[in-house]
Amino acid sequence: MRFSDAARPELGDPAARRGRRRAAAEARGRRADAVGGFPGWEALREAGAAIRERTLRELGTHLETLEAAVEEEGGHVHWARDAAEARRIIDSLLPDDVPAALVRSDVTDEIGLDGAEPGPHSKAAVVGAGFLVAETGTLVVAERGDGLSFPGTLVAVAGIEDVVPGWTDLEVLLQLVSRAGAGVPMRPAISTRTGDFALVLLDNGRTTVLADPDGRAALRCVHCSACSDVCPVFQRTGPRPYGPGRAGPIGAVLTPQVRGVEAPLGASLPFASTLCGACADVCPVKIDIPAMLVHLRGRVVDARRGRPVPPPEMLLMRGLAWSMGDERRYEHTLVRRARWARLLARDGRIRRLPGLFGKWTDARDLPAPPRQSFRAWWRRRR
Amino acid sequence: MRIAVFVTCWGDALFPATGRAVVRLLEHLGHEVVFEPAQTCCGHMHWTAGYHPEAIALARRLTEVFAGHDVIVTPSASCAATVRTAYPRMDPALAGLPVYELSELLVDVLGVTDVGARYPHRVTYQPTCHSLRALGLGDRPLRLLRAVRDLELADLPEAGECCGFGGAFAVKNADTSVAMVADKIARIHETGADVVCATDDSCLTHLGGALSRLRSGVRAVHLAEILASGLGAAGPAPVPGGVARRADAP
Repeated sequence: MRFSDAARPELGDPAARRGRRRAAAEARGRRADAVGGFPGWEALREAGAAIRERTLRELGTHLETLEAAVEEEGGHVHWARDAAEARRIIDSLLPDDVPAALVRSDVTDEIGLDGAEPGPHSKAAVVGAGFLVAETGTLVVAERGDGLSFPGTLVAVAGIEDVVPGWTDLEVLLQLVSRAGAGVPMRPAISTRTGDFALVLLDNGRTTVLADPDGRAALRCVHCSACSDVCPVFQRTGPRPYGPGRAGPIGAVLTPQVRGVEAPLGASLPFASTLCGACADVCPVKIDIPAMLVHLRGRVVDARRGRPVPPPEMLLMRGLAWSMGDERRYEHTLVRRARWARLLARDGRIRRLPGLFGKWTDARDLPAPPRQSFRAWWRRRR
Repeated sequence: MRIAVFVTCWGDALFPATGRAVVRLLEHLGHEVVFEPAQTCCGHMHWTAGYHPEAIALARRLTEVFAGHDVIVTPSASCAATVRTAYPRMDPALAGLPVYELSELLVDVLGVTDVGARYPHRVTYQPTCHSLRALGLGDRPLRLLRAVRDLELADLPEAGECCGFGGAFAVKNADTSVAMVADKIARIHETGADVVCATDDSCLTHLGGALSRLRSGVRAVHLAEILASGLGAAGPAPVPGGVARRADAP
């Protein structure tokens, strides 16, 4: 479904909208406190971006190191191409007779797992990993007060990009996630576990994202949710219109890359933004989400160029580009369209436009174009 | 100083008063303003809508049209940001066109904050996203507004949040866009201002269009028009560069 269609019912719930605005404002306030008084914040962001960029560039090497380290500690690594394969592997690793608890994460949501939080008596658990430290084969999960120390079967699941080369890199990333996401200098509880777990590493479209040099930086994401907290679109629509993948600005750049830009959701998500830039300003690993959205918009349009019957928008945009390619054509178009628009105006304002622009005048007027353009005025005054 | 003005396609067709105000203001400050008649569009709309080859052709054209000019001013933060941040991405050869947004030109290049204007209104200022984040204009527009005689400046709550325009966004995601502008207008009304000011006629079309539909009584006015108001009536404005002052435009 297109983002705009999925957004309509969400926008129609003013109480939910107010709740999201309030929660986001509180999150923004906490974040501003956590990074505002921290003099090294910009340097830390630079370091974090560099760590993530380097990790993605040599991802294969780090994954091999991780696999070797996990197996050396007695664990085992499984590779899943997609969500269905990940679920199959996880099922086969869990004992049949006890229900498995779940520590959820974006990845466990992505593959559609649900279950209760683990308690002291849990016999088996699936854990969405925060990070995986390659050099020691260590699983890292934030905000787990009870730790990962319970006996029994533990299956960790992570995206292939969640690997971190070493502990010094992890230290930088944890500070960034804590300050940008939770708005605290360091999350009170970070649990780690080395050895004695099975690890499922999920691709599910990530290698496709890695192959696009203009889109791969989206995989730098450290899942802090700061971009959603500042996004004016997300605050109005909530997570649902972003579809089954990640929500918010990062989802708008990841989902079209993973699912392609032809279907309605993937084709509309890159346009579900005003390009206001608030997300890029707060991203702790400096993902330039607006630039990436513009890149993906180009891919959406390119995918439509081959259609035998061009859509109305494409005819309009090509026509405008042709007109603007020459000042005489441009002025001719300007004069003709302005004259036509003035016919629709009453008392200097247009309240109803036909066609593509009808969506504008549903809720907004347009001023009637003046009789004299700037260039006409300039010519007369010389 | 000899300053070339890039009025933008949107301003040329829909808001010529903004371009006229820029000319009046700069001539009042003693500068020579030139208009390259071959100018059309910077390509911003095509670039952000995903029509990249078309945008690059327009960017090349604009770069050629303004070749040889040392100082170019535009009353649009979006168009200035397109030239500065998007052009180098389109083609590294397109980097470096010396385009300044109006408040940058005044404060940074010409060193003026008091232009001698008078504007007896309560004004609130909406920092547009491109002026705030892409250009980093900071408080330059506010410093210019504070120096305007009889102007009462009212702080806009949550000023840094987008008004919901976003070019094609306003049409492609019209419901979300309208939800955003409704919240923005509520904040504007809280200020008690009778004028909302910004550095971009595109965002002002959106704000003004919604204010007009609501018959709110608050007007959306470009910074250039405020700065060009009542010139000559107030005390003498600084004339940097020793250029002879010309008479105000008719």
